[in-house]
Formats: sequence, C-alpha cells, structure tokens
Amino acid sequence: MDYIADSVDAIVIGGGHAGCEAALSLARLNKKIIMFCLNIEAIAKMPCNPNIGGTSKGHLVKEIDALGGEMGKNIDKTYIQSKMLNTSKGPAVHSLRAQADKVEYHKEMIKVLESEPNILIKQQEVSDILIEDAKIIGVKTVTGAIYYAKAVVVCTGTYLKSKIFIGEFSEHSGPDGLKSSTFLSKSLLNSGIALRRFKTGTPARIDKRSVNFAEMEEQLGDNKVIPFSFMNTANDIQKEQIKCFLTYTNEKTHQIIRDNLDRSPLYGGKIEGVGPRYCPSIEDKVVRFSDKPRHQVFIEPEGIDTNELYVQGMSSSLPEEVQIKMLRSIKGLENAEVIRGGYAIEYDSINPTSLSYSLENKEISSLFFAGQINGSSGYEEAAAQGLIAGINAALKIDNKEPLIIDRSEGYIGVLIDDLVIKGTNEPYRMLTSRAEYRLLLRQDNADFRLTEKGYKIGLVKEERYKQFLDKKEAIENELSRLKTIFVGTSEQVQNILLKKGSAPLISGISLYELLKRPELNYNDFNDVNVDRPLSLTDEIIDQIEITLKYEGYIKRQLIQVDQFKKLEKKLIPESLDYNNIKSLRIEARQKLIEIKPKSIGTASRISGVSPADISVLLVYLEQSKRLERINNG
Amino acid sequence: MFFDTIAAISTPIGTGGIGVIRVSGNNAISIVNKIFNKNLENKKSHTIHYGHILDGVEIIDEVLVMLMRAPKTFTREDVVEVNCHGGEVVLNKVLQLLLVNGARLADAGEFTKRAFLNGRIDLAQVEAIMDIISAKTSLSLKQATNQLMGSLSKNIKKCQNILLGIISKIEVSIDYPEYDEAEQILGGFTEEISNLLKKLKTILQTADTGKIIREGAVVSIVGRPNAGKSSLLNALLEEDKAIVTDVAGTTRDIVSEHFSIEGVPFILQDTAGIRNTTDIVEKIGVERAKQAVENSDLVIMVFDANEEISVEEKEIIKLIENKNKIFVINKIDCCNENKYAFLDDKVEISAETGYGIDSLKYKMKGSVITKNQIARDAPIISNIRQKTALILAIEALERVENAIKNGFSVDFLAIDLQDAYAHLGMIIGEEVKEEIINGLFERFCLGK
Repeated sequence: MDYIADSVDAIVIGGGHAGCEAALSLARLNKKIIMFCLNIEAIAKMPCNPNIGGTSKGHLVKEIDALGGEMGKNIDKTYIQSKMLNTSKGPAVHSLRAQADKVEYHKEMIKVLESEPNILIKQQEVSDILIEDAKIIGVKTVTGAIYYAKAVVVCTGTYLKSKIFIGEFSEHSGPDGLKSSTFLSKSLLNSGIALRRFKTGTPARIDKRSVNFAEMEEQLGDNKVIPFSFMNTANDIQKEQIKCFLTYTNEKTHQIIRDNLDRSPLYGGKIEGVGPRYCPSIEDKVVRFSDKPRHQVFIEPEGIDTNELYVQGMSSSLPEEVQIKMLRSIKGLENAEVIRGGYAIEYDSINPTSLSYSLENKEISSLFFAGQINGSSGYEEAAAQGLIAGINAALKIDNKEPLIIDRSEGYIGVLIDDLVIKGTNEPYRMLTSRAEYRLLLRQDNADFRLTEKGYKIGLVKEERYKQFLDKKEAIENELSRLKTIFVGTSEQVQNILLKKGSAPLISGISLYELLKRPELNYNDFNDVNVDRPLSLTDEIIDQIEITLKYEGYIKRQLIQVDQFKKLEKKLIPESLDYNNIKSLRIEARQKLIEIKPKSIGTASRISGVSPADISVLLVYLEQSKRLERINNG
Repeated sequence: MFFDTIAAISTPIGTGGIGVIRVSGNNAISIVNKIFNKNLENKKSHTIHYGHILDGVEIIDEVLVMLMRAPKTFTREDVVEVNCHGGEVVLNKVLQLLLVNGARLADAGEFTKRAFLNGRIDLAQVEAIMDIISAKTSLSLKQATNQLMGSLSKNIKKCQNILLGIISKIEVSIDYPEYDEAEQILGGFTEEISNLLKKLKTILQTADTGKIIREGAVVSIVGRPNAGKSSLLNALLEEDKAIVTDVAGTTRDIVSEHFSIEGVPFILQDTAGIRNTTDIVEKIGVERAKQAVENSDLVIMVFDANEEISVEEKEIIKLIENKNKIFVINKIDCCNENKYAFLDDKVEISAETGYGIDSLKYKMKGSVITKNQIARDAPIISNIRQKTALILAIEALERVENAIKNGFSVDFLAIDLQDAYAHLGMIIGEEVKEEIINGLFERFCLGK
C-alpha cells in the first residue's frame, strides 16, 4: 500500500560521488533533504580505481573545492600516497593525483554527511519519480512510501538496471556485488526520458601476500604532498605514504588473451552498451594495439588495512580462469591470488542533451541529473556534476538564477557544456585537451576562478572567502611591488644570473621584468630582494611566477575568451521557432530544435550547425527584433 | 566571428583601373595603420589621406585611404577604404597584408550583413542576404571537394598529419602522464617542426608564382575530333607559361590545367582527355559535353571552319543552350567560305597562327566576370584566403621554435601547434578539435 511518508525540500537519489556533493550542497544552502541509497555501505564508494585526481580530474577536484564542495577535503583526509603529475609540462597541466584508502574515504564522507543536520540518509530503493504538470513533486520507494519534494536530483551512477559480465557468466547486479536498481528505469521511461546502455569495466583485485614485489619497479609519492583543498596547507596533511608498483604484460599474456577472445562478452557481442575509448579493457588493448610487445600494469593498494591490491591496466571481462591465467603470466604476479575478479558492467544512462546547463531536465521542471547517469565516467566528473546539480536545485527552490560555469571559467564548465550541448556516445572522461582555454584553467588558480561565485551563492563560507581575499591581495601587492624593485648590473646580480645560466644584464631593470625569463625563479633573488614580505607562501610565489612568465600566452587566451563571451551574451529567445527560418539547413534546424541553445555562442558549438547557419540565425534574430519594434509602433 | 574586423576587395575583379579594398570593424583603423606610411589613429572621420602601402620598408602601392569612423558608415563600424592603383596583383597583395595583420577575409555578403545587423539597411534586403549566405555554403562545399583532389591539399594534409602527430604526442603525455610511452615520445620533435617549416615555406613560395591557385573559372573545351581543341589548348596556355601548373612527377595524372587572363584564374578541365586522343578514336563525345555542361563555368565549343556542322554538334549546341558558352571557329586562316555565319556570339581564330586568340581571351574573361558569380566572387579571393592561412600557420610554427629555444614547456608549445594546425585546416576547409582527441585514442594505447 502506498502511504505518504514525508515532505522535504529536496531528494537526492544515490549516494555516490555525485549524490554526496549534491546532498551536501543542498544541505549547506539550507535545504532539508533526504538522500536515498541502495546500500549505505556504498556511500562515496570507489568501485573501480583507488585514486582521486589525475590530469584534468585533479583540476575538477580543485574546482569543486573552490566552490565549497567536499571531495578535495575528503581526499586530503584519506590519501595514502599523492603525486603532482606533469610537473615538467607547464603549470596549466600540473595535476594532482592521490591514492585513496577506499574504506577511509567512504567512512569520512559518511561522517561529513551525518554531521549535516539538514541531511537524512535512507537505505531505500526509489522506484518512481512523481510528476505533476511537467514538474517533479517527489518520489516513491519500492515499499510504497511517498516522499514529496520541491526538487529531485538523480545520481544513480552505474546502478540503473545494471548487469555484470565475467566471461560467459552474467547477472543483474550493481558494482562489486551490490544491489542494483531495478524499477526506476521504467518510471523514467514512462516520464518520457529516453535511456541507453553504457558500459565500463574494472580489473581484478589481488592479495598482497601473493605478490612478488621484488620483481617490480617502486612508485613513490611526492616528498612534500600538496593538498587538494585550498583550506589545507601542505603542513596540515603530510603523512607517511604507501608504495605502488609497476610491472608489465608480455607476449605470453597477450597470447592467453587472444586465445580466449571468443569467450569475452565484449567480443562475443553480449554487451550492447557502448564503452569508453580511453579506458579500454586489456582485451581491447591487445586487439587494437597488436604491435605493442607489452602494456603497463600498476599495482596499487586499496587501503592501509587491507590486503587488496588494484591491478591498474588489466580491466577485463574475460572468464575467471582466463583472468587468473593472464595475471599469473605477468612478472611478479606468478602466484597472484585473486580476491575479487574483474568484470564489465552495463547500465542505463540518459542522453545528456536532454538537460539544460543547470543539469535540469528541459521538459520536467526541478528534476536534475548528475554523474554517470548523464553519460560521464569517473568519480571526479560525477562529483562536479553533483555539486552543480545540488546548487542549482537549491537555487531553483529559491527561485533564483542557476549557477552556470562556462568553458572559460572551469573544467566543470567544459564538462557540462560538452555533455549538454554536444552530447556523448561513449562514457565521457575529462581530458585537458578538451579545454580550449587550458592555460587559464589551472589547478593552482581554481579559487581565483570560482570562489567568488561560491561565496555569492552562499556555499563558500566566510572563513574560506576571507582567506581567499587575503591571498589575492598579497599577490596583487607583491606584483606591483616587484615593478618598483630595480636590480642593477651589480656583481651580486650578475653572479646570480651566471649561476642560473641566464644572460648578464646590460642595464638596470625591474625585478618584475627580469623574472619573466623562464630560467629564473622568484627565490633566486632573495639576497637582492631583501624587503620582500616574508609571509609569502609557496602558493603565492607560484602565482606570481606564472603571471610573469606566461603573460604573453595568457593575454592571447584572454582575448579568445573575450570573443567567446561576446557570443555567449548574444541570446536566442526561447520562443524562437526554427521552422520559420527557411535558409537554415535541415540538419542544423533539427539540432537547434533538439538542443534549444540559449545563446549564439552555444549554438555555434552544436555539431551539425555551421558558421553559415549561425549567420542566418543572427540575421533572422535581428529581423524579428525590428519587426517587433515596428509592430509595437 | 561576428565582431572581428573584416576586409575584402569591393570592386569587381578584372575590370582594371582603380580597385578598392574595404575594411570594417573595431580594429579597421589600427590594422590599416600597420601597413600605411602615415598615422591614421588621430585623424578625423570622413577624411581622405594620400600615402603609401608598405610591406616592411618596401612600397607596395601609392594609395588614397578613406577613413570613416563609426557610426556614420556603411556597416556602422569603423570603415577604412584603400583605393589602390596598381592593378590586380597589387590589390591582392594589399589585401594579403591586411589579412596577415589581423583582418579576416569577409564572407560573401558580410558587409551587407553587418550593415543590417547594425541597423543600417532595411528589411526588404534581408532575404537576399540570407540567400547569399546559404548560397555561399554550397559554393564553399563545392570548392572544398574540388580542392581535395589537388596536390596542394595533399601536401597540406601531409603537413597537418605530421602536426597532428606531434600534438597528439604532447596531449597524450599530458593527459596520461603515468604511461612510459607518453614520456618517451616527448623528445625530438624540434627537428620535425623545422622540417615542417621548410616544407610550408616552399609551398608559400610556389603560391606566389601561381601554382597554388587551385580554383578558378572551370572551362571545358568540346568539339569534334580534329577541330583543333588540342592546339587551342596549347595556344591558351602558351601565353602564360609561368602560371601553368605542371607539378613534377604528376604529369601523367594531370586532369586540368591552370592559367590566368589578367589575373582571373581559369581551370581547363580534362586536358588529359584532349591531349591523349591520338591513339583513341575519339567520338564527338556527347557524353563528354554533357559532363562539361554539368561541371563548368564556361564551355568553349570548337568548330572546324572547313567542315559542315554535324548532327552531333547540333545536339551539343542544344545541350549548352542555357550555358555560359563561347563558340570558336578554328582554322579560319585556311578556309574560303564561312560555314558558321548562322552562329551568334562566335570568335574566329587560328590556333595555328595565333590569330584571334587575344579576342577569345578577352571574351573568356568577360564572360566569367560579368555572367558568373562564382568566378567573380570566389577564386582569387580563396586563393588569398589560403595564402593568408599558410602565412599564419608558418608564423605559429615559428613561435613554437622560439618557445622551444626559450625553454617553454610543452603545454605552451601545444597552443601554437594547434594554431598552426587550425590554419592549415582552413586552407583545405576543415574543423579541428575532435580530430586531436580522436588522434589521441587512435595512436596510443591508454586505459585503466
């Protein structure tokens, strides 16, 4: 029997990385919410790799943090090894990646959720979304409990009608043997939301005691770990780190895989879902790159208090015994014992072009979607969407304008713009190469890009905001001070230059100008620059050096951003009927009708809309504007 | 796109005398200023200035420059018009300089479009503008496919591929730093880039001698065997040897020849077909004529003055009735009685002696300039578009070389490499972004 159980401000379906950020942002924006999850044990779970961050994903985490999200803080608490990647490849692509203790990560996140008075967690399967007059009004659980809400955020991850595959074996199951969601798909379909099948996979976990590490290369963390959260200093979070290891597949491994390809559901055609290119299974790699004699395999602990090791690079859906054979053909893994087998998982996801920038469904008001259900992949991508969906659900309840981060402001903007405008035909992974203003979207300046926005919404609290303003001021002050510090051709200065392999000075120059030389660092001149403020942190000095050294490149990107913004501001009225514009090509017309772009800039990024179509659109808009003016006298 | 500064030759091409280049947009004045020997920045609106257009220190032309500040201009933006005297080559050169200095070549109808968008012209003209814009798309598409077969695009594509290789290596090393493969591939592209630069500079040089011209008014010569198509072809090309395309090693594959008449480029179609007819019993080729009607901007039909008109010839005349065409009566020098007096609009020539070739050329030029939108609007201009893109690609690669010298990291190199890639893409008409990401996944083995 159905019964009315409760009425709250908002409901979050799912407790994964998207669900957690959505729940926390709603709660912190003073909304009373319920978070439904199938298994409380799976809150903030990492069912695949045991790391947070990496290229572009690390950027996302920094951005989540700068806006007042939780992921950065949580990984700072629970990391067991951390590394800044790409340190030799330019400041914009420096990327932080940390190994997480999976259990600790989950536990710490639950603590945070439970400390929010506005959040109620319920282990219940949601079976229906309830809609009235094209607006969400609540949800119903499998047991018939009806919960009313002003907004709902759907973050079902890979759980929707999920099915796992191990060789010839398959079963309806969520990740890691957890319960999957059986009923919600039907309710979504009945509400007019189209679903499709995506897939992903994970490698086996093996027992630490069965591995011969002496045969592998050690992979260590950084000596001084840099935090993800702007609220932590490096000193706050230093700890002893674990080791990871590197080994390789070989011809024998590849032969085993080739011999058993027909038993892989991937090649047997049993999986209809579309998998990601960037995250191929080992079967995929061996087939597609048959000339490669070996592939890398990283061995990563899943936590401090566990024997389980993640075998990165060996994601597979081959039969269990083949997986074992293939693992044991690898150096150091000759006696490896599998604790959990690798598997492929297939699940329902929606087409993200059915969402607007706020991640709200275009047809059903106040129904938001975030995370893997939107066709993305990765914990960080999910968390970023969860945060934005949560914020926008709260803003919607308050009748406020949504928070939209554009492509020039953050990877979050690139991610959401790509998803809702271009759509995706495979699980979408963030890449730095997707960001056209990469130089401006650095992990070090995420706070400069987003903290102000977070503060305006109310998610960034006073403490963080003040800290940010102080940092900003210190940088600005030091930059203008450097302009006034002149260094001459003294022996002391020339010696510094000589030592750094930099050309000697012919005449005096400001330190501001001199530091533009790529080979010189701020701290090289400490003996000359004696009046410098001693309070400057490494972080601030980094900002100063980046500003000076890459000024030319940064300026160029800023000009591009300017152009981009102009087109974003050229709005298209919602009432526009594209069928009236006969000069538009049919393909463009169909795409425009489907996506309903809000601005000319957005329209220009839709695949299938050409520059000529945009011109036609501009002319048409101007024409209607003038006709209107004439009609209004 | 909509707010940048645009430039184009605004007088019809090939009419001789003075030519006007119009520049419109926020930076119109500052861009012209860069190549003008006087400072225009502080000059009053609606004034005329005499001076020289300079390429570095070299004087390109003696010009009058009209300066008009917004909003009282045709487009309601800042407009500068440069009146050149030196004929088409110089006109193109000046336009080129403007483009390299930051203007973008205007699309068809773009000045009018801006005039409208900025509130200058009335509603009645709007439909026409939209039609021009959409017509332009199909035109460019046609051009793009034509060009794709040319050796220029093959060369550019090769360079693009090398660039894509370098870019993917960088991107892959950035996005997948944990893979050793990514680390190893980073070194050693300095040489690749300098080779690439050499290659592009060679292409640029050939552009100046006309070999780069891959578009033009498409001309077909039809006629019965021995009417003199082949000798007419030679006569037309003879005059202009320097510009004839004859890329070494590709002679066997040449299916078209390029030449120009006073700056208007022409493409003679299926010249191989005309030349290789000695050992084939060539039929009059109604089929061939049909194709010519399909694909050409101009059909030249050659008759032998000594022969009576044939049934097939009558059929072809009918076929090209509504086509831009010229009837050429050849071998006029050795005939006593004109059998083709009934044809209107004909040119009498002797391909052998050269008699009448000049009037034929005059007529050819006239027919494509006045009657044919494609010839008037596209060919010379797209040639400039390509050349500009090439120059910009070279500049971008030079910035890469410089950055490497100055020790900038790969992330910065990527910016100019992608710039260069995009400019090359513009030569052959292509979009960029997805290719790079696809390149990443196709070339490298990545995953968890």
